[in-house]
Amino acid sequence: MDLYAEHILEHFRSPRRKSLLPHPTVEREEVNASCGDTLTLQLSFKKDTVSSVGWDGTGCAVSQAGMSMLAETLTGKTLAELETMQPKDMRIILGVPISARRLKCALLPLLALRNALRQQKKEPPLTWAEIVEEDEERETVELIRESRKGKGKHSVPFETWAKNR
Amino acid sequence: MPLNLTEVRTQFPFLREKGIVYLDSAASAQKPEAVITAMDVFLREDFSNVHRGMYPRSERATKAYEDARETMQHFFGAAHSDEIVFTKNATEAINLVARSWGKSTLKKNDVVVLSILEHHSNIVPWLQLKEQIGIELQWVKIDEQGQWDMDHLKSILKTHRVKLVTVTGQSNVTGVRPPLKEIIEESHNTGALVCIDAAQLAAHHPIDVVQLDCDFLAITGHKIYGPTGVGVLYGKRKLLAAMPPFLGGGMMIREVKKSGFLPADAPEKFEAGTPPIVEAVGLAAAIHWLGQYSWNDIEEHESRLLKVAHETLEDISGLHILGHIEEKTNNQQLTTMNLSSGCLSFTIDGIHPHDLCDLLGEENICLRAGHHCAQPLHDHLGIAASARLSFGIYTTEEEVQMVGPAIVRAMKRLQGESNSRVTE
Repeated sequence: MDLYAEHILEHFRSPRRKSLLPHPTVEREEVNASCGDTLTLQLSFKKDTVSSVGWDGTGCAVSQAGMSMLAETLTGKTLAELETMQPKDMRIILGVPISARRLKCALLPLLALRNALRQQKKEPPLTWAEIVEEDEERETVELIRESRKGKGKHSVPFETWAKNR
Repeated sequence: MPLNLTEVRTQFPFLREKGIVYLDSAASAQKPEAVITAMDVFLREDFSNVHRGMYPRSERATKAYEDARETMQHFFGAAHSDEIVFTKNATEAINLVARSWGKSTLKKNDVVVLSILEHHSNIVPWLQLKEQIGIELQWVKIDEQGQWDMDHLKSILKTHRVKLVTVTGQSNVTGVRPPLKEIIEESHNTGALVCIDAAQLAAHHPIDVVQLDCDFLAITGHKIYGPTGVGVLYGKRKLLAAMPPFLGGGMMIREVKKSGFLPADAPEKFEAGTPPIVEAVGLAAAIHWLGQYSWNDIEEHESRLLKVAHETLEDISGLHILGHIEEKTNNQQLTTMNLSSGCLSFTIDGIHPHDLCDLLGEENICLRAGHHCAQPLHDHLGIAASARLSFGIYTTEEEVQMVGPAIVRAMKRLQGESNSRVTE
């Protein structure tokens, strides 16, 4: 399946929950400065549970469809459940392969969510480096893993590497 | 005689990748065999550190490095080879001007003029000086047609507080070329120096620093078919002589005592540490290689490419080319006049440039998306990002013509057939 699968494009063209709430409990804006994607995520809570979700934003199909799909899953979840959401969960929600160059687009909705929760608890926001580091499937991790297993480019004898290059 | 493109293209190994349409030469140009070979041969046969060893191989390396300096001197038409400083890239060259000349010369409330067209590398070093010593920055506007506003510069110069005008020779987004000769004359008339960011210009237009009379000029090697890791700062001999060193270390000193040091003369004064020797050799090879073609032929070829690009893009509905002139001719046909070079950028209503370029990338058509390190210009134009198409000497009309239909396919895919406002 490719990045621009029909479900991604469908959410991009008709985003869900894309309107702002009158009285959100918490609101968080995140931007992807390198490409100009912006997301504002709003959450309302009843006790520890999300009662309503709203968002607004502009940007590429991946970030906007991702926010739409993530927003659909949030109502009824508890704070504790949402705090444990990882990049791998965002990858599952998106359901398409995410290459290194689109990783930030894909993780922007999750960053907005996690930082909304941290803001609510008066904790400092996660940085891009921190959220990317949580992503066990990113390509650099794969490279490190390969090289530890002895399959990496730099773990073979130089002569073999040079010959196969 | 027009460029023999077949002959040009056989010299670029990257073109052996089947089906690649590389339209991102403004980010970095691909390298001809001549450059790759020169660096390979130098590393095998002549490499050692420069200016140090008393043995023949070191002498050969030193000679190759200093020959590269002379090559750059002739490329710019500079009067002296010691006016050529090797740096890491154009960014470092401009930082050198800001940190050395700027920091030692400028005082609080002195004005440095730049333009809204600048790349971040010609903005941030000056913003840093604004933070550090309180200089004032003035931004020359562009007019509605994206062109340099000379009257605005003149009105700023009238304040007589301007110490430096620092401007791009060619925008890396719109390809617009500010009128350098006129800018330099006007600035000098009020006593201001001029620094040119020629990172983009150098690959597309001849530069003569004596004829221009610019005070500083910066380029990077990798955009002019040379390797990464090497750039050049040209500075007038008198100015370089009066400037303090930039970085401290080996090579840049005459004498070091525990109590202090005496710097070397320019250019060594600005080349601390082991310089980019292999890269300088590669850059010189690129300049010699480029020298076999006439600038007239290159410019003619690239202006034809730009015309083809306009033709292939202007019929796509919802597509806006940034900073270009639209004129109705007598028969009321919309034509685009071309006062730019090397590249053009555009937006498409409702489509993010990253999505567009990702889909073009699937077809192996390589365009760049983003703000191209020119955020103030994008802010000025009221957009977050754009897609850019840029050329090199190896680019063909057929490659440029492929972009239009590929964009239409990408738009259909993103917008859906039914929503599509595309007219083919």
